[in-house]
Amino acid sequence: MSKAPQDCCTISGLVKTYRAGGTEVRANDGIDLAVRRGEIFGLLGPNGAGKSTLVRQLTGLLRPDAGTIDLLGHDIVRHPERAARLLGYLGQESTALDELTVALAAETTGRLRGLTRAAARAETADVITELGLEPLAHRPLAKLSGGQRRLACFAATLVGERPLLVLDEPTTGMDPVARRAVWSAVDRRRAERGTTVLLVTHNVIEAETVLDRVAVVDGGKVIACDTPGGLKALVDGHVRLDLVWRHDAPTGVPAVAALAERAERTGRRWTLRTTPDEARELVAAVTTGPAFAALDDFTLATPTLEDAYLRLGGRHGGLAR
Amino acid sequence: MTLLDAPAATATGTAAPLAPAARLLPALAAVYRAQLARAKVSRIPLLFVATFQSIGILVMMRGVVDPGDNPSAHAVVAGSAVLVVAFVALNLLAQYFGRLRHTGGLDHYATLPVPPASVVLGTAAAYASFTVPGVFVTAAAGSWMFGLPMGRLWILLAVVPLAGAALAGLGATLGLLAPRQELATLAGQLGMSAALLLGVLPASRLPVPVQWLRDLLPSSYGVDAFALTFAPHPDWARVLLDLGVCGAVGLASLTLATWAYRRAAH
Repeated sequence: MSKAPQDCCTISGLVKTYRAGGTEVRANDGIDLAVRRGEIFGLLGPNGAGKSTLVRQLTGLLRPDAGTIDLLGHDIVRHPERAARLLGYLGQESTALDELTVALAAETTGRLRGLTRAAARAETADVITELGLEPLAHRPLAKLSGGQRRLACFAATLVGERPLLVLDEPTTGMDPVARRAVWSAVDRRRAERGTTVLLVTHNVIEAETVLDRVAVVDGGKVIACDTPGGLKALVDGHVRLDLVWRHDAPTGVPAVAALAERAERTGRRWTLRTTPDEARELVAAVTTGPAFAALDDFTLATPTLEDAYLRLGGRHGGLAR
Repeated sequence: MTLLDAPAATATGTAAPLAPAARLLPALAAVYRAQLARAKVSRIPLLFVATFQSIGILVMMRGVVDPGDNPSAHAVVAGSAVLVVAFVALNLLAQYFGRLRHTGGLDHYATLPVPPASVVLGTAAAYASFTVPGVFVTAAAGSWMFGLPMGRLWILLAVVPLAGAALAGLGATLGLLAPRQELATLAGQLGMSAALLLGVLPASRLPVPVQWLRDLLPSSYGVDAFALTFAPHPDWARVLLDLGVCGAVGLASLTLATWAYRRAAH
């Protein structure tokens, strides 16, 4: 893959293999990617797809078995220690910060990013205000809820500016207010400083809302890479019909019996991807007579990234909505 | 300017500038400050445990060792005081680094441009200085119980950092190298038990092979240096020699801990 001058990060031929219980697992199996400067780029895939392994190589934590990683003109495979001076990383664990107060965690992280004490203090105060963390600033992270702790770790990631932010599932456990604070802070940095963001997620709604482009990762490979709209075009002309039954599905109704074979069934919920015409007929069939009496709820929706992911061969149930 | 501060040479010439790396001493100070604050939040009860344990041992030993100016009384008081350092700097630090390594907490530091020595030394120094009040309380209580002079307790200001460095380096190394978190805890507990048994009992009464073991334990030199100062006319040359050995072992064990950190972080 050739590197255009506007690329922030170019990864090519990346391979990383683990040995687990005597068998060899290819966590990354020849990954090629180019993230442009100033974009919010997502890695979407189920748990175990190889997203975190990819990110750990990009941040210099793991050395790849093969392949190259270029970060803003620096060879990270040869010089993994440079990654820390180019990117801010929010990992999934907070144990290093758990017993510090929110303010001290952010300030200390800033100092370890090379800021002076005064600069780290000033930036910490700004970030805490920006994210609405003032009421929690003097409480230890370990005493906060999961979402609040995540937001505090995100604050620490922002102190000490970097041109690239690598965020591994940053909004896990957050309430909508905290999520909005995260995405506003990301947007502001992109608008004001041209910051690039690499986001790891398995949440399709988040991916559709915030990402400029997304790489779908499964089984250690990138199975597609496009804008969310571009990926959804793969399943254009289809709609998703969700039926939720009150109790057991009324399989005595012929239309329902025919569906039983084709629908993806999760408890009382049946999901079917089909053409708009057939969906109309099915809705008509289940909204009359005994089927309607057994129906608790139904939704008819345009396709999501999850539908695109499944069309690409992804595994059912791997992504969160 | 360290190597890490130097601008990186790039093949293409279009590379983005690297943000400055954190320098050794400011980063060490930041880690020290954070760790000390952390200790205040969550470790004060453990400092009480460490101090009460040592005072308990003093009470117990008071039943079998005569008070007054004799080598056994000196050894018991000095050993009990240094045991507080072993409890915190060896045992708790081994557990801390073991947990940090096995829960992925080291990634936080490994993705920041911070010298490994800053993290290890800053944490070790915080744990060691956290023990100071407990060591003084134990030493004062012991001196009172065994009728020993308190005029030279100031020597603890040298003993705590030097024995602290040696024990904290050992604790950090054990925690960072342990393949499982439970083994880090076990190693820390065993290290502290060794410091208890080999430090509190008078060396002259131990069997010869156990005396060799005692010589291998870094805290023994701190105990000996402190014990010598209870004599009416201390042999200051030997005190200095013991402190020197303690310092040298401290340097070696902290270097080893820094190496263990590099190994564990990548």
